[in-house]
Amino acid sequence: MNPLIEYSLVALLAIGCFFVLVGSFGLVKLSDFFKRLHGPTKASTLGVGCILIASIGYHAFLGDGLGLREILITGFLFITAPISAHLMARAALTLAPDQRPLQPPADQEPLTVAADAPAARTDASATKPGDDRQP
Amino acid sequence: MIDIAVVVALYVIGLAMLLSLWRLLRGPSVPDRILGLDTLYVNTIAALILFGMHLKSSIYFEAALVIAMLGFVGTVMLSKYVLRRDIVE
Repeated sequence: MNPLIEYSLVALLAIGCFFVLVGSFGLVKLSDFFKRLHGPTKASTLGVGCILIASIGYHAFLGDGLGLREILITGFLFITAPISAHLMARAALTLAPDQRPLQPPADQEPLTVAADAPAARTDASATKPGDDRQP
Repeated sequence: MIDIAVVVALYVIGLAMLLSLWRLLRGPSVPDRILGLDTLYVNTIAALILFGMHLKSSIYFEAALVIAMLGFVGTVMLSKYVLRRDIVE
């Protein structure tokens, strides 16, 4: 086999293993759940993607020809990782509602509304907070 | 050289699986355990792909694809259960 291809495949494997290990280490090491959520959902997904690309090259140059089934797994992981992260964050916010960050203050309106319609501004600021908190 | 690299990568993925298993067993809250299980799924996909490269076999793609799909469905179901205390509404 061409040594350039072999070196590039080994480099892809090393990068993939590094990111997978960083994701799992962040899962163990970080302190809060919302900090821990960053490690596996981003770093591990990228690492598994690199390993799958290395597997495509390995089977194309050493095995039984070019197969694109790893592309399927990569696309599926890249689609489903943000969805599962979003659902896990919502589950954690349901269990601990005091972890939700504060809303921005409601009296920061655009300048045109604040300049010529103060009554409408108070009405808008009275109805604004708490609207998007409902599930 | 790449065969040695595949074996070393299998060891590294095994270490990552042990770390996520530690979080699955010692997680202080329920979403931590769900996150540990999801990470274990992702690491298992990587381990299966590397094992297929080690054996020079292409039969492990289907197993990895099934684990990817069922892992996503399991994560969604567990999160929905924590959200609403009910799976089928």
